[in-house]
Amino acid sequence: MSSQGVDLKKRRMLITATAGLGAVGAGFALVPFLSYWQPSARAKALGAPETVDISKLEPGAMMTAKWRGKVCWVVRRTEETLKNLKENTAHLLDPDSEVPQQPDYCKNYHRSIKPEYLIAVGICTHLGCSPAYRPEIGPADLGEDWKGGFFCACHGSRFDLAARVYQGVPAPTNLVIPIHKYKSDTVVVIGEDDGGAS
Amino acid sequence: MSFMTWIDERFPATKVWNEHLAQYYAPKNFNFWYFFGSLAMLVLVNQIVTGIWLAMAYKPDATLAFASVEYIMRDVNWGWLIRYLHSTGASAFFVVIYLHMFRGLMYGSYRKPRELLWIIGMIIYLVMMATAFMGYLLPWGQMSYWGAQVIINLFQAIPVIGEDLSIWIRGDFVISDATLNRFFALHFLLPFVLAALVFVHIVALHKVGSNNPDGIEIKKGPKGNKWSDTAPADGIPFHPYYSVKDIAGVIGFLILFLAVVFFMPEMGGYFLEPPNFEPANPLKTPEHIAPVWYFTPFYAILRAVPSFAGTQVWGVIAMFAAIAVLFFLPWLDKSPVKSIRYKGPIFKGMIFMFVVVFIILGYLGMQAPTPMGTLMSQICTILYFVFFLAMPIYSKIDKTKPVPERVTK
Repeated sequence: MSSQGVDLKKRRMLITATAGLGAVGAGFALVPFLSYWQPSARAKALGAPETVDISKLEPGAMMTAKWRGKVCWVVRRTEETLKNLKENTAHLLDPDSEVPQQPDYCKNYHRSIKPEYLIAVGICTHLGCSPAYRPEIGPADLGEDWKGGFFCACHGSRFDLAARVYQGVPAPTNLVIPIHKYKSDTVVVIGEDDGGAS
Repeated sequence: MSFMTWIDERFPATKVWNEHLAQYYAPKNFNFWYFFGSLAMLVLVNQIVTGIWLAMAYKPDATLAFASVEYIMRDVNWGWLIRYLHSTGASAFFVVIYLHMFRGLMYGSYRKPRELLWIIGMIIYLVMMATAFMGYLLPWGQMSYWGAQVIINLFQAIPVIGEDLSIWIRGDFVISDATLNRFFALHFLLPFVLAALVFVHIVALHKVGSNNPDGIEIKKGPKGNKWSDTAPADGIPFHPYYSVKDIAGVIGFLILFLAVVFFMPEMGGYFLEPPNFEPANPLKTPEHIAPVWYFTPFYAILRAVPSFAGTQVWGVIAMFAAIAVLFFLPWLDKSPVKSIRYKGPIFKGMIFMFVVVFIILGYLGMQAPTPMGTLMSQICTILYFVFFLAMPIYSKIDKTKPVPERVTK
């Protein structure tokens, strides 16, 4: 038990190296426990791309689909609406969709692949309520300037029919456009594009 | 004023650290048998952590439980690993605890002044068995179901109240969803009771001080070592000496434990029994049912005793007595020495016989009953009790060697 001839520097180095290696090992041991909380294979399978038949959708009407448990809107817009979306942009926060809330192929004034159809995740970018579809022009509660769009009753956020957010409302960005592709003229797949499934 | 001073004025952090680690003087002659206490704590932590993680994906519902275990195995990220850590951990817990108890038996660690320490340890063992038994029902396989059925029916053998008692335990007339749900709740609760009991066990240990392979009370020996003039001369501080030694034990243990987890988690049907890969079916008993290996010695004792006088309660009494007798060990051993090192040939022979008998009983408890097996079980059951009940006699008349004053290598 004598401390004579003890190389304290070497001992400290060995202690540090051992403790360091132990910490690395403990870090690796954490991986299964943290990864366990990720969506399971079943949750991923349930979140697989959603196929939607849009053949029965009338101009001006909206239908909903569910993708990964989230509500997705499919809106068939009229020529008049599209004209309005193109020209009437002064009141919008991000009319040109600079914030990446959509795949690149939807970065246009109608925020979709085909101008006629809007496909958007119907969840407000403020705190996650689902806004209501309000296609009518100038209703009493939304004011004369309302040209149709989505209104979130939770906190009063407004979006136009391309799911673009208004200025001066709580929501900070446009609604999310999910990746999607057309299987045929009347069948759309949400959650998958030519780059594969997300 | 330093940070630690600020803390110490409000919470005795340094005091506790010193009393239980840095200035807790343990005998300097511990050997590898002293790994198993700290390993038992490691396994308990493993069981609690992996158990909580399993509970995040498991469904304690008779219609969903079996499928949810398969869901954990197949669909949840790393679920197979967490489950195998838990199922292998259950067996490892008993391996480690049996070795820990055998250490106590060899070195007389239950003798005065450590009687209460031994009794607290026995209570931990009982709670462990209850926890393991309830946990085994949760996968809701055939062996889960029928094993629980048999064990709960043991209570039915108790005269007068047996029938009502077993219904009360099950919450139904058969093992059912109600049983599964309450066993899940208790299986979640009991590990925390275990953790509290381990704390009490350690408080009791540090009050009386650790025994050692020589069975010498270092507190009664000469004083003064390198660190303190008043500490026992044969003591060394737990930290860093035994904390580092225990880490070496942990590494050795993990190599063996993880080899099982990764390469043979079913352990040839001993850790995970084949009938449990089939969902529970109340209409069909598997051909041969046996408890998991750690219960089989007691199960063999249960089966060894025939029913007579119109009741089967005798086997149940024998089984519980086989565990209860361990509580009295501190008063059964009348030898003037503690450790096997200084005990005579009779005690050594008896302890050897006890180990052999315990292993044979464990083997017989796994086998289907045969006339030969039953006879063997009966002989071994008698020898099991002889070891304990004759101890006051043979430990007294046995020759002993003189115990040295100071601990040896």
